Amino acid sequence: MKTYKIHLAGVGGQGTIKASSIVGEAAMKKGINVVMSELHGMAQRGGVVITEIKIGDAHSPVIENGDADLIIGFEPAEVLRSIKKASGKTFVIMNSARIVPFTVSLGMSTYLDNPSLIKEAIKKFSHLYIIDAEKLARKAGNIMSLNMVLLGSAVAVPGFPLGREEIIQSMKESLPEKTIEINLKAFDLGFERIKNM
Amino acid sequence: MNVTRILTGKKEEKLFLLGNEAAVRGALEGGVSFVSTYPGTPSSEIGDVFSKLAKKAGIYFEYSTNEKVAVEVSAAAAAAGLRSFVFMKHVGLNVAADSFMSTAYLGTKGGMVILTADDPSMYSSQNEQDNRIYARIAGVPLLEPADPQEVKDLMKFGFKLSEQIHLPVLMRTTTRVSHMRGVVHLNDIVSPKGKGFFEKAPSKYVPVPANAVRMRKELSDKLAEAEKIADSSEVNKVYDFGNEFGIITSGGAFNYVIDVVKENNIPAKILKLTFTYPFPQHLVKEFLSTVKDVLIVEEVEPVMEKEVLAIIGKYQIPVNVYGKLTDTLPRIYEYSPDIIKEGIRKISAHTVNKRRYLKADITLPVRPPILCAGCPHRATYFAVKDAVKKLKLKDVIFPTDIGCYTLGIQPPYEMADYLLSMGSSIGAGTGFSHATDQKIVSFIGDSTFFHAGLPALVNAVHNKANLLIVVMDNRTTAMTGRQPSPSEPVNGMGETAPEISIENSAKGIGVEFVKTVDPYNLAKAREVFEEALGYDGVSVVISKHPCALITDAERKKKNIWMTFTINQSKCTKCMVCVKEWTCPAFYIEEDGTVHIDPLICDGCGVCVQVCPEKAIEVRK
Ligand code: SF4
Ligand code: SF4
Repeated sequence: MKTYKIHLAGVGGQGTIKASSIVGEAAMKKGINVVMSELHGMAQRGGVVITEIKIGDAHSPVIENGDADLIIGFEPAEVLRSIKKASGKTFVIMNSARIVPFTVSLGMSTYLDNPSLIKEAIKKFSHLYIIDAEKLARKAGNIMSLNMVLLGSAVAVPGFPLGREEIIQSMKESLPEKTIEINLKAFDLGFERIKNM
Repeated sequence: MNVTRILTGKKEEKLFLLGNEAAVRGALEGGVSFVSTYPGTPSSEIGDVFSKLAKKAGIYFEYSTNEKVAVEVSAAAAAAGLRSFVFMKHVGLNVAADSFMSTAYLGTKGGMVILTADDPSMYSSQNEQDNRIYARIAGVPLLEPADPQEVKDLMKFGFKLSEQIHLPVLMRTTTRVSHMRGVVHLNDIVSPKGKGFFEKAPSKYVPVPANAVRMRKELSDKLAEAEKIADSSEVNKVYDFGNEFGIITSGGAFNYVIDVVKENNIPAKILKLTFTYPFPQHLVKEFLSTVKDVLIVEEVEPVMEKEVLAIIGKYQIPVNVYGKLTDTLPRIYEYSPDIIKEGIRKISAHTVNKRRYLKADITLPVRPPILCAGCPHRATYFAVKDAVKKLKLKDVIFPTDIGCYTLGIQPPYEMADYLLSMGSSIGAGTGFSHATDQKIVSFIGDSTFFHAGLPALVNAVHNKANLLIVVMDNRTTAMTGRQPSPSEPVNGMGETAPEISIENSAKGIGVEFVKTVDPYNLAKAREVFEEALGYDGVSVVISKHPCALITDAERKKKNIWMTFTINQSKCTKCMVCVKEWTCPAFYIEEDGTVHIDPLICDGCGVCVQVCPEKAIEVRK
């Protein structure tokens, strides 16, 4: 099997790392080698969080520029910040809900409006799925399930190396029991959304 | 995965572990009995896991006040025959250096592993020093794992090696190894020993000059023995993909090398060194005699590169050495697969294709870490800034320290002017107070105060400094993930423990002006700061309120969650809350109206005091 490389980009508090570990554990259970890297700032919330996963024969968890098979973007500006990991072949999922960093209110930086961000993404990425994961997470019952919406959508992307059931099993093993129902619903909503695109 | 699996996982099971988690499992498989640390990223998760498992595992674990103390307690445990493990971030070893050096002279009885987690590219540190050099100054064997499986296996290897040659062993990881997850195959856990027994032998354990002279010689003999072990150790391996050229690499850098070589079918022969000090001269010499060119791939200083050059010089081997010193690879920062590819392209005739990648044509907003919504530090800074303004003080110097509160460097507060290291705010503040006529306000956290602030406070009082020291006591070591600090009534094993009072410590040292404030009460806090700023001599104000992450967790548990909102009919859009207070929950809509994001607001309510129009209210 060719090594499958996933780059996840989000903002602290969005559950990026949890979503990544669920994928990693599912791969391990299936008997496939997997490595993952977590990069996050300090304890405070709100900074950039990046994780990368390689499923298959790889030692380094760091993806070469232009070599990601899939980018899961939890936030539109973060998807575009990660653009150098993508080539024309990369599949990209982009949550369209923005998290405007505080530097913008302070006048230290600017943040484009949604339509311009989406336009830029459409211009650049050949295989782009735009989804309002925040809305779907709310629909599932809790905004905190946003990461599972995005995980569900990832599983529906062509070429994703792990099956729906394998991921669901891994979710059941690593999420708190009382949240599992909402999280599974969120996962399904994300999955269906991409399948129907 | 539940972390208890790190303890309960059985032989032949596999777990998807972080390098730091694998260090815990490795220590347990290696029969560790005694563990100590001071938290520091990227090593902190090791302590987080021990803190949860130590009791169940039957081992002793402590958060020591600083890294030096951590090394000392573990060294003593090893002298009493127990296997001990002490770990810290790279700059922590600077703090521990004095005692660390002596552990090499004294040697150990029980195995002792010292782990240093280095931080190339400084993801969460003030420098990227390469602690492999420390192994050389002290004279202790050095191990460099590349991934979580190796971290785990080398813990056990390290204990055995340490007992075999009676020296502590230094294990060096980097952020990418500590914060990498991988599949780890488990082995059996070896039960801890319980208590040890210290057999007195002052000639072995007290390095007065007469003993030290002898110990020096013993150390050099031990290192000679260690070199023989390194030369034939199975942890140093050759990966043979051809003989166009050779690559010598170690640690996390190996991962990039092997991936790039395999993916691009590069006919290179890789020597992966894991036991890297004493440098395995004969192994390397033999390897060099089979190639014409060799590329050295290591992070971050050209340490092995110089060792290789020395071997080549000594044995007159006709090999070209490429690496940092030839600018084939960059001198600073961490490597990446792209960097390694570029380096290989420079020396190999084999075609290594450049990969095309996309670029964005728009500028993206910066997203630096910021103090959390509800963070008590924001309130402290606001109150101090207000007091300074009220008193019309000019050119106040704000020496700062290491913790979340270092973020006070950001606008609009900009109250972080000078920082060297843990605890430096008080020493530097004292220096500024004698060297200038400016007012000084030093900021230091509770954990940092105990870590290295105490001796500096003694110094400030004794040498008659004139400064205000604000101890930002948020009841925890927040930045590294909320480990207990000595000012809390709980220790690393989760037991109740005596609280060390910062107030009494300051008074005991002889500070006459000592007051405690709750920064959430901005007006009251400002008043006290004003008073302290008027005081001549050393004043200490303890600004005490728990970290917002603690109060959030408590409120969630008790299900008492409230948030605040802006009454639009009262708001005049003066922007004080947005631009001067800067809680991240505030945002401005496109129509210019100001709002509070209920998902970010933690309900601290402090902004109510900031708003001049009284427009901020509880959200119903
Ligand atoms: S983690 Fe605690 S101390 Fe650190 S910024 Fe957040 S609230 Fe403040
Ligand atoms: S109450 Fe005000 S200051 Fe506190 S978190 Fe909410 S918006 Fe921020």
